[in-house]
Amino acid sequence: MTDAHELRSRTREFLAARPPAGTDRADFLKARFDAGLAWVHYPPGLGGLGAPRTLQAVVDAELAAAGAPDNDPRRIMIGLGMAAPTILAYGTEEQKRRFLRPLWTGEEVWCQLFSEPGAGSDLAALGTRAVRDGDDWVVTGQKVWTSSAHIARWAILIARTDPDAPKHRGITYFVCDMTDPGVEVRPLRQITGEAEFNEVFLTGVRIPDAYRIGAVGEGWKVAQTTLMNERVTIGGMRLPREGGMIGLAAATWRERPELRTHELHRRLLDLWVDAEVARLTAERLRQQLAAGQPGPEGSGTKLVFARLNQEISSLELELRGEEGLLYDDWTMRRPEQVDFTGRDIGYRYLRTKGNSIEGGTSEVLLNIVAERVLGLPAEPRTDKDVAWKDLAR
Amino acid sequence: MSTSPAKEVGTTEPDLLYSEAEADLRAAVRDLLGDRADLQATLAGMEAGDPYDPALWQALAAGMGAAGLLVPEKLGGQGASHREAAVVLEELGRAMAPAPYLTSSVIATETLLALAGQAGPEGAATAELLAETAAGRTVTVLALPLSASPGAEPPTGPAVTAVADARLADVLLVYRPDGLYAVRRADAQLTPQLALDLTRPLATVAIAGGTSGTRLAGTGTARAAVQRGLLTGAGLLASEQLGIAEWCLEETVRYTRERHQFNRPVGSFQALKHRMARLWLEVVNARAAARNAADALATGSDDVALAVSVAQAFCSRAAVHAAEECVQLHAGIGMTWEHPAHLYLKRAKSDELALGTPGRHKELLAALADLPAPR
Repeated sequence: MTDAHELRSRTREFLAARPPAGTDRADFLKARFDAGLAWVHYPPGLGGLGAPRTLQAVVDAELAAAGAPDNDPRRIMIGLGMAAPTILAYGTEEQKRRFLRPLWTGEEVWCQLFSEPGAGSDLAALGTRAVRDGDDWVVTGQKVWTSSAHIARWAILIARTDPDAPKHRGITYFVCDMTDPGVEVRPLRQITGEAEFNEVFLTGVRIPDAYRIGAVGEGWKVAQTTLMNERVTIGGMRLPREGGMIGLAAATWRERPELRTHELHRRLLDLWVDAEVARLTAERLRQQLAAGQPGPEGSGTKLVFARLNQEISSLELELRGEEGLLYDDWTMRRPEQVDFTGRDIGYRYLRTKGNSIEGGTSEVLLNIVAERVLGLPAEPRTDKDVAWKDLAR
Repeated sequence: MSTSPAKEVGTTEPDLLYSEAEADLRAAVRDLLGDRADLQATLAGMEAGDPYDPALWQALAAGMGAAGLLVPEKLGGQGASHREAAVVLEELGRAMAPAPYLTSSVIATETLLALAGQAGPEGAATAELLAETAAGRTVTVLALPLSASPGAEPPTGPAVTAVADARLADVLLVYRPDGLYAVRRADAQLTPQLALDLTRPLATVAIAGGTSGTRLAGTGTARAAVQRGLLTGAGLLASEQLGIAEWCLEETVRYTRERHQFNRPVGSFQALKHRMARLWLEVVNARAAARNAADALATGSDDVALAVSVAQAFCSRAAVHAAEECVQLHAGIGMTWEHPAHLYLKRAKSDELALGTPGRHKELLAALADLPAPR
């Protein structure tokens, strides 16, 4: 059992042996992984120490104070947040040893090949096929909304291996090599003018059976681990007052008295209250998690912030008046991450439309809250016991 | 963004959880109210013109010591804090139990606490009344309209209207231009008013000419003390509103799971599920806002006025919305006198007007958060 005190000394010893100033960034990160200080709740040998997850903060604080380089969590978010916990839960020993270290250090970027043009919210309806051929699987189909696909070395992929089974049962989970000649990545230009996401076309892509994660036909169960981790990522954040989009709108209000109207004032105050309460709710959730009392409240955070971001950016665009008619840049770019604060209000207005779609639409999340949190009965379903190949498309 | 008033969030982050002691207190209050505060009995009492149950009040205020939670032990109370009083109010809101807790144990008590420690006969009279009120032996009510908002100058006329729980009061705190006075109810003239919310009766209070009562404080001290009482009342009212919203959501979920139409539980229709899921989000958010206000009051935070106005602006709306959805999603039965939904709707709407409307609190916030109105 590792406690905070022991972890602090261990981190200090590590820093003494490798002063950040004199150590190459990549070497430092690899050594940190090998010392078990990467994610302390992971097992020994896989970047961790089997310690409580909450103790990571102790390590991070020591490293930050020493000016140590960090792995770039923005660029490798899908790997860290979704691929890693799934591989840890369902991967073989070889897979864990092969993938986790370069994933954590950022040497290898990951992307997620889940959504398809015909299967967004109804993810289990996916049609990308994987057919067994000797020791390999041959994969053909199309994926969409794939961030980082153009820089990714690996992908987590779900594909249909049994079209005769009902849709949730015939799916298998794989690791896909993005350098395979059958993988074609095309930028997907969005409403904002830029291309954060990609379409990925898979034509006869060969995946060795050794890169299968979990049993054949059990991919839906494995994917649940990935999706749960996707929705959890927002939970631990600590926001200061006016720390989100409301701060930008409030600043404009203060700096531009000539733009103020009574109608906008009323709406601004409403949203300011809602944003402050949402911040307190996120803080309350954080305190619950830290106290080891996780509640269902996390399911609501994304829903509230999606609505707030959209309404606040809409208000701020109106507040700008004549300037609101303009746009900063329609160039087709491929940013590696979303940057709300570095762009103008028109961009924010358009980009926040995605907040109620990405990572589960607000409508689907409301169903999840209603059924899993409130215990309301599900709507009758006609797709559960029908073979996937017989479903209407 | 240099003009942002946002405080650095750091070591003073409020504690938004419930402690173990608070959870125990909740369980005890809920048990008591579960045994004694029957909604049908409340309804019958209301119709007879007297919704109070003196035995229930004695059990809660004196028996459990709930009346003295805000008062330090050396002044005759329990030495707890606003966090615990907030838990009591959550449960009273859930059970819709008519009791002068908000008026006597919170608003009047906090007003008296602000006067405690004065020297001379005024100090002695205040200390005695405070101890009696904290022990649950005396019900004390600040004779101001329930709608009086913190941050506004309260009325000082000879007659005050819409005073809540005045009929049950032993002592009325009367605010006059020259100070604050304690007047025995027998020396006041009470005229009941027909209230929207019959579970919190209202009356006009007039003091007969020549009756001055016992002076408790002079002008400046009295004004500050009354402000303190109203601010605390507004902050803790948010917890009552949270309790109302919780009951309305839980009851609606329970009912729509059981009620069948079109050969399905009506709660399985997505149109209804989404409304209840949104309500749940509001309740979760209301809890954070109400806890934040209670914690700010308990810790004497610099942020207390802002925390209270945020909680009032949010929780008032959440409680009314929950009660309105409760009536609508219960459909026909929700419109009847026999179903308790109307008690919650009437209380929720009255609470929205009590101690400052959401609009009034947003005006206060405009100043507190440096978001000025157009010129």
